[in-house]
Amino acid sequence: MSEPVIKCQSVYKIFGTNAERMLKEANGNVDAKTFQENGCIVGVNNASFEVSKGEMLVVMGLSGSGKSTLLRCISRLTDATGGKIFIEGQDLLNLNNKELIDLRRNKMGMVFQSFALLPHKTVLENIAFPLQIKGIKTEDSINKAMDMVKLVGLDGRENYFPRELSGGQQQRVGIARSLAVEPDIWFLDEPFSALDPLIRKEMQDEFLRLQEKLQKTIMFITHDFDEALKLADRIAIMKDGIIEQLDTPANIVLNPATEYVRKFTEEVPREKVLLIKDVMDETTSDVGDLKVSKDEIIENVAEKILTQEQTVAVIDGKNNVVGSINPAKIINTVFGGRKNNN
Amino acid sequence: MEILKKYPKLFQWLFLLAVFFALCFSIDVPETYKFIRGQAEFVKDPNQSTFVFLGKEVRYYAFDVFWRLPPLLGWLPIWINDSLFFLMNDWMPMEFWNEDTQEYKTRPLVLQITRNLTAFMTFLIELIREILLGGLETIVAFTSWDWIDANPWAELPGLPWTIVAAGSAILAYKLGGKGLAIYALLSMTYISIFGQWKPSMQTLSFILVAAPLSFIFGLGLGVAAFKSKRVEKALYPILLVMQTMPQYAVLVPALVLFGVGDHAAVIITMIVAVPPMILLTLLGLRAVPPEVIEAGRMSGCNNWQLMSKVLIPTARRDILIGVNQVIMVCFSMAVISAFIGAKGLGFNLLLALNQLNIGLALEAGLCISLIAILLDKMSLAWANKQVDYFGNLNFFQRNKNSLFFGVIVIVGILLAYFGSIYFKEGYNYLFEVPHNKGISTADFWNKGVDWIFDTFFVYIKAFNTWLIVDVLQPMRALYLRMPAIATLVLVVGAGYLIGGVRSALVVCGLTLFIALSPWWDRALVTTYMATFGVIVSCIIGFTVGTLCFQNKHSTNFMLNVCDIFQTFPSFVYLIPVMMLFGITDTSVLIAVIVYATIPATRYTIEGLRSVPAGLHDAATMSGVTKFQRLFKIEFPLAFPHMMLGLNQTIVFALFMVIIGAFIGTEDLGQYILKALSDKKGAGIGLTLGICVAFIGLIFDNLIRTWVGKRKKHLGID
Repeated sequence: MSEPVIKCQSVYKIFGTNAERMLKEANGNVDAKTFQENGCIVGVNNASFEVSKGEMLVVMGLSGSGKSTLLRCISRLTDATGGKIFIEGQDLLNLNNKELIDLRRNKMGMVFQSFALLPHKTVLENIAFPLQIKGIKTEDSINKAMDMVKLVGLDGRENYFPRELSGGQQQRVGIARSLAVEPDIWFLDEPFSALDPLIRKEMQDEFLRLQEKLQKTIMFITHDFDEALKLADRIAIMKDGIIEQLDTPANIVLNPATEYVRKFTEEVPREKVLLIKDVMDETTSDVGDLKVSKDEIIENVAEKILTQEQTVAVIDGKNNVVGSINPAKIINTVFGGRKNNN
Repeated sequence: MEILKKYPKLFQWLFLLAVFFALCFSIDVPETYKFIRGQAEFVKDPNQSTFVFLGKEVRYYAFDVFWRLPPLLGWLPIWINDSLFFLMNDWMPMEFWNEDTQEYKTRPLVLQITRNLTAFMTFLIELIREILLGGLETIVAFTSWDWIDANPWAELPGLPWTIVAAGSAILAYKLGGKGLAIYALLSMTYISIFGQWKPSMQTLSFILVAAPLSFIFGLGLGVAAFKSKRVEKALYPILLVMQTMPQYAVLVPALVLFGVGDHAAVIITMIVAVPPMILLTLLGLRAVPPEVIEAGRMSGCNNWQLMSKVLIPTARRDILIGVNQVIMVCFSMAVISAFIGAKGLGFNLLLALNQLNIGLALEAGLCISLIAILLDKMSLAWANKQVDYFGNLNFFQRNKNSLFFGVIVIVGILLAYFGSIYFKEGYNYLFEVPHNKGISTADFWNKGVDWIFDTFFVYIKAFNTWLIVDVLQPMRALYLRMPAIATLVLVVGAGYLIGGVRSALVVCGLTLFIALSPWWDRALVTTYMATFGVIVSCIIGFTVGTLCFQNKHSTNFMLNVCDIFQTFPSFVYLIPVMMLFGITDTSVLIAVIVYATIPATRYTIEGLRSVPAGLHDAATMSGVTKFQRLFKIEFPLAFPHMMLGLNQTIVFALFMVIIGAFIGTEDLGQYILKALSDKKGAGIGLTLGICVAFIGLIFDNLIRTWVGKRKKHLGID
């Protein structure tokens, strides 16, 4: 297996004056309460995970859960207090300033919640900014930036200033800027949280379209569980600095690891999240004529399946039957297993 | 007992007052006590006590320690003075190459540095001045007098006033649009026609040197303070003191270091103008959103790129507001530094005031105010102007202003040329209207003043006498009647009640410094005048502010009036009051009141305006009347901000009281003015300045602490 692009080994971030000493004394057993009594705040508590190439890891958590802090540790906007972080095998925390700047100029891009555009530069200049910082000739950087403007669909507005754009358009600039240097790793810190619901949905679709084309390695931060389910290959759910569960969306919905995670999954419309393959049976015998793809969302095929009396065959991309599903299973998945709230 | 528990603070305050008055009544005035009119250290009197500290002999009149503390810090001004002289004349003598005599010469290091600085500043000022007015000095600086004699053509011709006026109009148009351009053109033309061109350009050249230098230093230090906590901590106390230090006081040490002239004025102006620039730079950089900084970092900026391409451009507006502040300080210094020989309008203004020629003073004051308002509006327009995109314009569109200016230059030169033919004899009015050859309205004003005097003399006199005899004298006597120990108890007690032990210690230190200096009595007089001014200003300011706030138009109108009044250099305020009340304490106090009412009014309006609209609506829906809303909602919420206004009012009042020494008061300001003409005055001037600054800081500390607590309590920002 190829090397993971991002690899974290028990990363800690603790704020406070004598954070490092306290971490050492705690001996890997960090208790937020004890730390708080001593004037330290635990931001990230023992985070270990890997993100492989082309994968999108969504970190989900409510405000104050440490998700943004974790992202800033990995982009080294803040220094982690303990643990190890590897970016494509390079030990991030041991890089000197120059190497770090090199890494950021070539490998990393980041999108911010408040867009963080430079108010005195036009759209085009904002997008060209990382290229010019890198020392690329003005003409080349402007050409490249123009490609990016087209990529995010802002052509015709390249000479506008950020103040003249709507929130959604501003974030498109933010996205274009972060992609201008063609980074391998793409960090997005709640990129759509400041947008209206309708624009947010539009931007999510746009984002998925981009990702399909670009196949970046992504860490995406959000506080919106639905957004996480919609976008993620894998989701990490954080609470009080601890990663409560890290798994695929389907597994999180079907098998929440903790009570906290289960609360989130309760209200999720499963038929919109789960795929046929997540709930199908392995048995391939005794199936009817109807065939459904294993990568379909349940919602799209539920009606068809429910009208069948027989078990329905599940096929893969090459038309081989790989499993089966019956109407009862569908009903059970969608309505069963929930806590009765009445 | 119930009541005591309900209002614990009230009873603490009452107790403090009781102690204060008990002390006042129990300590009698010593029989030998009298207000010392001369400077104690120069009077030789057998009744004086002396002590020697660090080799300096201090003479003073000894009283009961409870009545007046002995001036234990009396050696400080002498010591500062001696150290300055030592630095200048004896410290680190070194060999320096002398251009003129072509040989090495031994000179103390500091003297050499100040001389070089002086030469550099003089060169800069002369350069700008000669571009505007013409002259030889700049060319001489690069060549020699002999060369000039050999080449009589080599002289900077100076710009005709038509070009400068039109040029400023174009710049004003570019920054602020049509209205500002018209204002610029009219005021420049006025200055020229009324024969004030030369002094105005002298003042302008002074500002064009002092302001950019202050900007550069302020920006640099502000950035340094932003990057390093240690620099910030080192700068903080200096910034604090400089904010309340009367500008007068800094003049004296500068006099010793740099001598008399425009260069000294520029250096001293920089010392006064840099602190606000540092503060605003710091403020602006702090206000840059953290995500923008992170975006810069993630784009791969190194530290330099982050500062120059991300932080400073993003903080542009605050930094340019700093420029505006710098320009305003430069204007007020342009007048004050006339005391140490700065040429220009300020000098003429002082001279006219000295000769009691109100008409001339008014003309000079009007010109300086016109230019001040112009530069104020221009720099504000620059700050508020947003960057525009020029890439899609062609060459002519992009450069239309510079091209137009080019045309103006040619037309102006042609006009001046025709003028030289037309006005063959006498003066070329199209080149420069000479001083005193323009239209003068001085006589008219002087006659007006005389008329006012003749007509209203009785009433003015009556008012004057009433104010002095029935209000001011008793108040002054009351202040002087306070035993030092009682004042100390009152101030420290107030500090403790407001801000706890920390505040108490701070104000105790500040008060002790003044009490232990030789000028406690004078400080009391300064405080009494400031107090009177502040009380009246606050009553007027709060009332006017509240009344104006009732209507949107009057609110804006009043804020504009405040803006314009604040632009006037402080000395200008003395002109009309001297016109009406002559040379009396009343004049000073009225100037103080007018000047200090500005912040009182402004902060009242701003405070009322900052009350959230939601609360307004909520109150209206609860069915309150206008008065109920004002007293139950708006005043309590606006009060902290209004107290900050009080703080500013105190600072403004102190400034004006000190400047009032020019008319003749018996407070600290008078000594500062005396120190200016005293060869050994540097130490005295500086110490006096610190005393005044400390009076301001005592109130500043108390008010800010209180406001901070109150705001926290109300949950405002």
